[in-house]
Amino acid sequence: MILVLVETDASGAVEVSREALTFARDLSSAGGGVPVDAVVVGPVPPGLREQLEAYAVRTVHKADGEGFAAFSGAAWAAAVQAAREAAGSVVVTAAGTPRGNEVLAHVAARLGVAMAANVLSFGGLSPFVVTRQVVGGAALEEMRLDERPAVFTVAGHAVEASPAPSPGPADVVECRPMLSEADLVARVVSTDEPEPDLSGSLKSARVVVGAGRGAGSADGFADLLELTDLLGASLGVSRVVTSLGWRPHHEQVGQTGSRISPDLYIPCGISGAIQHWAGCATAKNILAINTDPDAPMVTKATHAVIGDLHEVVPAINAEIRRRRGA
Amino acid sequence: MTDVLVCIKRVVDSTGEVVLTDDGQAVDGRYAGFTTSNHEECAVELAVQVAGATGGQASVLTLGDADAVEQLRSALAVGCTAATHVEADPARFGPADVAREIAAVVRDHEAAGHPHDLVLLGNDAADSGDFQVGIRLAYELGWPVVNGVATVRVEDAPDGQSVVASGDGPEGHETYRVPLPAVVTVLEGGVEPRYPTVPGRMKAKKVAIEQRTPTAEPIGPKRVRLLLPPPAPSNVQVLGKGADAAPAVVDLLEQLGVLAR
Ligand SMILES: Cc1cc2nc3c(=O)[nH]c(=O)nc-3n(C[C@H](O)[C@H](O)[C@H](O)COP(=O)(O)OP(=O)(O)OC[C@H]3O[C@@H](n4cnc5c(N)ncnc54)[C@H](O)[C@@H]3O)c2cc1C
Ligand SMILES: Nc1ncnc2c1ncn2[C@@H]1O[C@H](COP(=O)(O)O)[C@@H](O)[C@H]1O
Repeated sequence: MILVLVETDASGAVEVSREALTFARDLSSAGGGVPVDAVVVGPVPPGLREQLEAYAVRTVHKADGEGFAAFSGAAWAAAVQAAREAAGSVVVTAAGTPRGNEVLAHVAARLGVAMAANVLSFGGLSPFVVTRQVVGGAALEEMRLDERPAVFTVAGHAVEASPAPSPGPADVVECRPMLSEADLVARVVSTDEPEPDLSGSLKSARVVVGAGRGAGSADGFADLLELTDLLGASLGVSRVVTSLGWRPHHEQVGQTGSRISPDLYIPCGISGAIQHWAGCATAKNILAINTDPDAPMVTKATHAVIGDLHEVVPAINAEIRRRRGA
Repeated sequence: MTDVLVCIKRVVDSTGEVVLTDDGQAVDGRYAGFTTSNHEECAVELAVQVAGATGGQASVLTLGDADAVEQLRSALAVGCTAATHVEADPARFGPADVAREIAAVVRDHEAAGHPHDLVLLGNDAADSGDFQVGIRLAYELGWPVVNGVATVRVEDAPDGQSVVASGDGPEGHETYRVPLPAVVTVLEGGVEPRYPTVPGRMKAKKVAIEQRTPTAEPIGPKRVRLLLPPPAPSNVQVLGKGADAAPAVVDLLEQLGVLAR
C-alpha cells in the first residue's frame, strides 16, 4: 500500500505530483503490485478523479473542509496520516516541492520515523534503499528507510510523468482527520496575488544569452545586450551577477532562478556551477564563451569559444552585422 | 523584547568541485573550505533584526566539530551576542538527532532563566538537504512551526508577542501570524545579510562560547554512503579562440537557424 500526497492547481494534479504517482507505480510493480492511493487536501479540481484513474490510483482520499481552507503544514499532515491509516500504507510519498517536503516532514515527525527528501530512485526493497539528491544535486546519498511507513519525497524530474498502461476506476472517499487546535496555529492568514512574472520571456525564449562574473561589472553588459538584441534573445544571468546588483533577480537562471530550455544558450563568463547548471541543463545546444577551457560550463557545452567575452562577443556582433549587410 | 536563537550548520563550500571523504560518509572540505548556507545567513540576519527591533537578544547555536566555532564567531561578528556549541561529529547526527539536541539546549536555557521566544533555522542544510530539522524541533518542543519563509518580524499583541512571517507559496505571497514561542525556518531572498565590521569581529572574539556535549547517542542519518553523480563525458566542440572564432560562431548560429532577423 503506497500513499501519494497529490498537489493540485486549477488544471488538476500538478506535473511533479504526477511524477510522484509514476514513481509510486514503479515501486508498486517492484513490490508485487500493491495498490497506490492518493490523498488530496482542499477543494478537488474538476477532472482530477479521471486524471488519477489514468494513473491507476485505487482510492482517492479527499480531505476538504474548514480546517483546510488555509494551508497549515500540521493540518495537511493530519490528513495524510488519516488517509494512511485508512489505506494501511507502508509507504508515504509526495513530490519534493516546498509543500511536499514540509508536509511529509510533519508526517515523519508525528510518526517518529525518518524522512528522505528528494529521492531519485530506489534500489533494494529489503532493506529499502533509496538514492536521493544532496548538496544541491552535486552529490547523491544512498539512504536506508527501515521503518514503516517509509516516508520520502520524489525529486522533480526524477522520473517522467506517464499514465499507467492499464488505468482503473478510482473510489473517492472522504478523509476526516481530527484536527487539534495546535494543528491550526501556524496557518496562512493571507495570500497576496503573485508578483507579475517578469521572467516570462526568459523561460520561453528560443535563444538565451547568459552572463556571469566574467562580464566584469554592471557596465560590462553593452556587448552582451547587443548580441541579445541581434538574436532576438533574452538575457539570463548567474547569481553572482544578481548578488552584485549588476542585473535584476528576475534574470537569474538556476536552482534559485528560472529554469530555461532554449534551442541555444550562450553562457558568457559563467563557470557552470551545479546550481546554475540546474537551470539550463535542458538547453538543446550550449555555446560557452569562457577564458578557462576547463570550466565546467565549457566541458558540458556542445560548443565553446575560449577567450575573453569582451573580445569575442563584439567580434560576433560585428560578424552578424556584416553578414546582414548593415 | 524577543529572545531569538538561530541554528546554523558548518558545511563544506560546494560552489566548486565536490569531493567525498574516503569512507564516503561526508563531503571533504580540506580543499574547498567551509561556510554556512545562504538560508542560514539570512536566518542570522533576521535574528539580529528581530532582536534589534524589540530590544531583545540573538543567540546562535551549532552542532558540529571543534572547527564549527568559526561559524559561530561569524554570526557573533554580525550581531549575535551569545553562542552555544554542541561539539559532535555532525556526520553521525541525523535530522532527528540534531532536533533533539537543539531542543535540549532550548530547555536547559529556559531552566537556567534564559528562555528563547523564537528559534530560527534554515529551510534545508546545504549539505544533507534533509528539509526537516526545524519541523522536528517544533514537535520536540511542542511549539508551532512556520516553514520556508523569507521575512520575519515580531509584533506585540494584547495577548503577547507574535511572529509575522511571509514567503512565496504556490498561489502567491503567503503570510503567517503565530504566537510565540515558535519555530520558523528561513529561505534566502528576503533580507540581505550584513557584512561583519572590524569592531564586530573584535567583539565576537571576546564572547565566551557555551560548550556542550550531546545529551544522547545519535540514531544517525541512515546513510549507506554518498556518491558522486557519474561525470558526463565532454563532447564539446571548440570553435576557436578569441575574436577569430566569430565567423565559426555565426556559421553555427545560421546552422541552428537562430539568426533570422
Ligand atoms: C543554495 C545555492 C543556490 C544557488 N543558486 C544559483 C542560481 O540559481 N543561479 C546561479 O547562477 N548560481 C546559483 N548559485 C551560485 C553558484 O554556486 C555559483 O556561485 C554561481 O553560479 C557562479 O556564478 P558565475 O559563473 O557568474 O561566477 P564564477 O563561478 O566566478 O565564474 C566566472 C567564470 O567566468 C570566466 N571568466 C572570467 N572572466 C572572463 C572573461 N573576461 N571572459 C570570459 N570568461 C571569463 C571564468 O573563467 C569563470 O569560469 C547558488 C549557490 C547556492 C549555494
Ligand atoms: N548540525 C547542525 N547544527 C545546527 N543547526 C543545524 C544543524 N543541522 C541542521 N541545522 C539547522 O536545520 C536546518 C535544516 O536542516 P536539514 O533539515 O538537515 O536540511 C539548517 O538550515 C540549519 O539551520
